[in-house]
Amino acid sequence: MHEATIAQLAQELKSRKISSQELTKHFLERISRLDADLNAFITITQNDALAQAKAADARLASGEGTPLTGIPIAHKDIFCTKGVKTSCGSRMLDNFISPYDATVVARLKQAGAVMLGKTNMDEFAMGSSNETSFYGPAHNPWDRDTVPGGSSGGSAAAVAARMACGATGTDTGGSIRQPAAFSGVTGVKPTYGRVSRYGIVAFASSLDQAGTLTRTAEDAALMLQIMSGPDELDSTALPNLVPDFCKALKDPWENITIGVPDNFFDKDLDPNNAQLIRDALSVFEKLGATIKEIHLENIHLSVPVYYVVAPAEASSNLSRFDGIRYGYRAEGESGNLAEFYMRTRGEGFGAEVKRRILMGTYVLSAGYYDAYYLQAQKIRQLISQDFSRAFEDVDLIAGPTAPTPAFSIGQKINDPIQMYLNDIYTIGAPLAGLPALSTPCGLVNNLPVGLQLIGPHLSEERLLKAAHYFQQETDWHTLVPPGYFE
Amino acid sequence: MNWDVVIGLEIHTQLATKSKIFSGSSTQYGASPNSQASLVDLGYPGVLPVLNRDAVCMAIKFGLATGCQISPRSIFARKNYFYPDLPKGYQISQYELPIVYDGCLEIVLEDGELRTIGITRAHLEEDAGKSLHDDFRDHSGIDLNRAGTPLLEIVSEPDLRSATEAGIYMRAIHTLVCYLGISDGNMQEGSFRCDANVSIRSRGEKKLGTRTELKNLNSFRFVEKAIQVEIERQINVVEDGAEVVQETRLYDAGSNTTRTMRIKEEANDYRYFPDPDLLPVIIEDKLIEKLRSELPELPDAKRNRFISNYALSETVAEELTSTREIGDYFEEAVKSQPSVPPKQIAKLIQRELTEALKKNSLNIKKSKVPPEIIAVLASKIQDNSISSSAASAVFEELWRTDSSIGVSNVIEKLGLEQISNEGAINTMVDDIIAQNPEQAEQCRKGKDKVIGFLVGQVMKISRGKANPQQVIQTLKNKLRGE
Repeated sequence: MHEATIAQLAQELKSRKISSQELTKHFLERISRLDADLNAFITITQNDALAQAKAADARLASGEGTPLTGIPIAHKDIFCTKGVKTSCGSRMLDNFISPYDATVVARLKQAGAVMLGKTNMDEFAMGSSNETSFYGPAHNPWDRDTVPGGSSGGSAAAVAARMACGATGTDTGGSIRQPAAFSGVTGVKPTYGRVSRYGIVAFASSLDQAGTLTRTAEDAALMLQIMSGPDELDSTALPNLVPDFCKALKDPWENITIGVPDNFFDKDLDPNNAQLIRDALSVFEKLGATIKEIHLENIHLSVPVYYVVAPAEASSNLSRFDGIRYGYRAEGESGNLAEFYMRTRGEGFGAEVKRRILMGTYVLSAGYYDAYYLQAQKIRQLISQDFSRAFEDVDLIAGPTAPTPAFSIGQKINDPIQMYLNDIYTIGAPLAGLPALSTPCGLVNNLPVGLQLIGPHLSEERLLKAAHYFQQETDWHTLVPPGYFE
Repeated sequence: MNWDVVIGLEIHTQLATKSKIFSGSSTQYGASPNSQASLVDLGYPGVLPVLNRDAVCMAIKFGLATGCQISPRSIFARKNYFYPDLPKGYQISQYELPIVYDGCLEIVLEDGELRTIGITRAHLEEDAGKSLHDDFRDHSGIDLNRAGTPLLEIVSEPDLRSATEAGIYMRAIHTLVCYLGISDGNMQEGSFRCDANVSIRSRGEKKLGTRTELKNLNSFRFVEKAIQVEIERQINVVEDGAEVVQETRLYDAGSNTTRTMRIKEEANDYRYFPDPDLLPVIIEDKLIEKLRSELPELPDAKRNRFISNYALSETVAEELTSTREIGDYFEEAVKSQPSVPPKQIAKLIQRELTEALKKNSLNIKKSKVPPEIIAVLASKIQDNSISSSAASAVFEELWRTDSSIGVSNVIEKLGLEQISNEGAINTMVDDIIAQNPEQAEQCRKGKDKVIGFLVGQVMKISRGKANPQQVIQTLKNKLRGE
């Protein structure tokens, strides 16, 4: 059962060949058997899952439901889930039971999806390896000594190891696409504002965007169909109506032009990865696409810009964790108010989170604001304009998702700069608010490699369709990590 | 040496929206602690602010009423600092692009001189919660009901030149926001409070002196007193050869002094930056025009109209336009008795009604004597049916009882019809002259003051019913043959 995609399972559930309860029990069994080695889950909501599966079966029996009714999925632990611990991978929220559902969670619940549990992640989504999690690193099912990527590492590992049919994630600088690439799954980050941010613990509000980690582009389309759309609780959610993503996948192929930025094929890119990307481009050429080399003038500045803008917003977003109303609170009552804050935040946050709060506080400080924050915003505009200009000539942009396959646990965790540079190809899209995805395109040393596709604003249909056609021509996305067939 | 004083005020007025500026919680005052704090107000993880459109409209109305520019695009920013009653660790405010800016307000000084006070800007922001330090042993309580209540911060130019002027300006802004219906102006409940920036400089000097900021002045009286003692303190400091230090100070009403709250070096670096959770506020001309058409008559215009339409003096007009409600009351009364001079009605409102309302702490809307009744009472004075001193007693009775029994009935019940009968007045005047021979003699010799005394005596024995004009005439006639 775990071999099937959401699209296939939806048919079987609808025709009552299988029940959601069987399916859910099957996945819960896999989690209890496999997750001890992977640490992909922070919380497993077994009882809720079984109750939701039962309700889904009743709904399906009466001939109702959506394609997601009865489908077991997992949520990144950054999404608030009513009555369930929402830790955001941090000691700070280790004791936090959310009193409400995020819009994404509510919509998937409404559609009848079954929540298996909450997945591991870098603390407050700050990391590219899942190693900053308070709950320890998640492991990559392809090689448990390597990282699954981050920050949505748990979601990627869970889907790769077939412990969930699909999972939600969030992407701020690559947090969906990079783990998707490392773990050999399909990761989609929609246009900024396409999916409501309400109920997502904020990291960098102008960049955060919810998306999916699934086996196929078609499954992503099914989930995004439910997740997307305007939300009166999020002023930055786009008012645009959501097109029929699944229908778009089945539209006949049109000959599109795919731009390939020469700056993506730089010295940082592993030559083996580069070869796989070129192979993937030739698949598109065979489909009839035109490949065109382009140049993104300022893209090399995206990492430094990101590491000004994102920490700035984070330093403010994370101020609410003060031990007063919820979350971690330092023991003892000695000292004054400032000391209480310092102890609570000093003990509640991990090293990477503290590093980013410090960076963000610094770049917003009087005397540095203009030199860092304002300057970064200006360059962000330029990067955005580079993309707009490129999209006057091309329909999509393609390139690598990450410079290398998954690296070893412990390899980069003490070298923040090396860790940050891992996101060099993924950061541009969120800075410009653009939709982007990663789809498996091969293996290097038995580790998956991802092809990244970036589209113009609100071009999810085109992106998903391109990935879907690619997946019809290739079978990289069907590969199962060794040891996870059974 | 002589000193010039320079004052600028930052007035925080709570806007009278039903719900908070970024959440759906009620803004009603006085609910039990934290019962009106939603997840958004509590700053829960993942929640987002959604701007209340009514607050925007109210800010625009204020801008229109003070001749401000209305920003076609304004931005909300985050002001970052830690405090337990600030749940998110930042206050959403406006910094670089306020919603309205560059306006002014005309005020009337005590001597009648008109002064134009510049309004630098007015911006929208959210109020913080309250810390309660007295109710808990060894702990502080936090009430977040107020957190997220919309505030309009109105920043004046440093155009005010004395504590009294500052008080007049603050009252004028108060009157204006109440007129506009954008605030309830309730100072006891903290709906209207102010910070004052105060500095001094030698007379004629152009450069501004070092200023201090007085925080949280929540009554007109305190504003004036606090500024006055701060001016005196600064003058003493400078005359003693020292320098004024830029700092934030608190006013202590008990000792009538100001003391240091924090010095400049301790001031927060608020790290303002545009709030990425909120879109820029775009205001279209259509909305501005709609709001302009909804503006009520403003205090200045109403005062000038009262002066020219009703022949009222500047001061009477000022008082009768101090609130929209008192003006409406007055005009309703005038309309119901067109033959009575408005001045007569104005006198009754000022002398009787205002007193009664104050004594009973009532709003004029709750007055026990409606405008048409007070107008009838004025007509009785006008046609000499009662004296104005008797009118006072009639008013009291009308207030005390059900005023619908009618003014004439009350006059009759109290037996207060004015005595204008010549014979009766002659008799009373003769009696009083006989009882006060000394005073009568002085009066004969031309001492005018004594006439007043004798008139008072007649009024006393007539229990206020004698027509005073007639009594004066009769006295003069009998004693001086005038």
